[in-house]
Amino acid sequence: MPKDYSKDLKIIFAGFGGQGLLFAGKIVAQAGLLDGKEVSWLPSYGPEMRGGTCNCSVTVSTDPVGSPLVVEPDVVVAMNQPSVYKFIDAVVPGGLMIVDSTLVPDIPERDDIAIVKVPSTQLADEAGFKQLANVILTGKLYAETKFCSKDAIDAALTKIIPARKAKLLEPNQKALAMGMDL
Amino acid sequence: MGEKVLMKGNEAVAASAVRAGCRYYFGYPITPQTEVAAYMSKIMPKIGGTFLQAESEIAAINMLYGAGAAGARAMTSSSSPGISLKGEGISYMAGADLPGVILNVERGGPGLGSIQPSQQDYWQATRAMGHGDSRHIVYAPNTVQEMADLVYLAFDKADEYLMPVVLLADGLLGQMMEPVELPPEKTEFPEKPWATTGHHNKRPHNVANSLYLQADKLEAKLRERYARYEQIEKTEQRSEAFMVDDADIVVVAFGASARIARSAVVSARAQGIKAGLLRPITLWPFPNDSLEATVPQAKAYLSVEMNMGQMVDDVRLAVHDAHPVRFYGRTGGVIPAPGEVLDAIAKLAQEVGA
Repeated sequence: MPKDYSKDLKIIFAGFGGQGLLFAGKIVAQAGLLDGKEVSWLPSYGPEMRGGTCNCSVTVSTDPVGSPLVVEPDVVVAMNQPSVYKFIDAVVPGGLMIVDSTLVPDIPERDDIAIVKVPSTQLADEAGFKQLANVILTGKLYAETKFCSKDAIDAALTKIIPARKAKLLEPNQKALAMGMDL
Repeated sequence: MGEKVLMKGNEAVAASAVRAGCRYYFGYPITPQTEVAAYMSKIMPKIGGTFLQAESEIAAINMLYGAGAAGARAMTSSSSPGISLKGEGISYMAGADLPGVILNVERGGPGLGSIQPSQQDYWQATRAMGHGDSRHIVYAPNTVQEMADLVYLAFDKADEYLMPVVLLADGLLGQMMEPVELPPEKTEFPEKPWATTGHHNKRPHNVANSLYLQADKLEAKLRERYARYEQIEKTEQRSEAFMVDDADIVVVAFGASARIARSAVVSARAQGIKAGLLRPITLWPFPNDSLEATVPQAKAYLSVEMNMGQMVDDVRLAVHDAHPVRFYGRTGGVIPAPGEVLDAIAKLAQEVGA
């Protein structure tokens, strides 16, 4: 039986600094909070952030969160090649890896997890959502896991995009919807 | 009830300090606590407070001494190497009976160490922030909510007992985001007739000083201060017990490692091992009373820490070595996985036949 992600979901978002992975994690954490769940969000803040890979751990659960550091992710969202190599073996059996296939040429095989390839960087460029490949992948993550209510994830964007950046809200909403419909 | 918002521990601690009446913040940047200074730099000018980036940690702690002496609610924060630099000033504050709040968002040590989370400053925080006979209340939050709640409390306790109060967090708690409900803005504050605020010849002048040239006068002052410490040890112990009542194996852990230990305890129960978690919230005073209360039921203790076992002696003292006290930990900035802690619990359960 597939895991009920609305009860507990542990995710790692991984890629290069600047791809918006921490922001994608915030959307998920905020959506969980709006649904009244326990949530945690933890960024990697090691020296690897400077120009290198970056990742964040997000947990959304009906139970209190123990370690906010996710070591056995249900889902990994990966936006570069090193992250796929680093995290593919960590995904729990039955879990899911969502990969930006525009940026990742090589995905090692694992037959006990689902691998979802989304050319999100290409889709974002074509749709004029430059830099929103992360949000497209977050939409896909929602569609695959249904970890929260649709209202919550929609409202999460409004919560975390500050008023002074209100003009970014609409493209983010469109990118999220695009990811959900893939 | 206020709305729950998603905040980093470092931001929540700063926002809550302001609500507790903190209007002076002195600091110097260091990973992983710089968000505290960043938050303060934005908010203080808007509310008539002062944010001051000092030229060094030593300068910052001496500014805290000055602000405390003048009766203000003030705070400084740093991470491990920076806290070591503050040691002299903290000792001077203790010697002059001055309130102030000091946040340590620990990283790996010794020396410059690493920038990842650790709990390697337990001894420093609980034994000797500086030289001389002195004590400081030490709070160890384990959630972003507690970062907010305990710093709020720290300002009150610093004023109540006239001492520097320490909040011992780590990079994990500082950097992570969780939902938090911030406490209300405080509007009433204790009178401080001892403060060096200027007296216009209407009263004898107040002095903030830690120098006593006559040893017998210093001894008398220390005895008076220790009576206050004794009172704190009786009344200010705080801890949280989780599944401890029928526990054979009592895990003792504070701060971030208590979160991991809690997960391990839940897993141990699922395997039929009667494990529980006793979480010190105050590291000084150490929660001796609640630990001692577990002695009749417990068979063994496991101290789980992100250091090389600095709390073990305190657990042994609290339970009078009535049962074995073992240790599991990772150090240098490595965060233990719940599975590792579970293995340590299972091994100990086997050893003591639990």
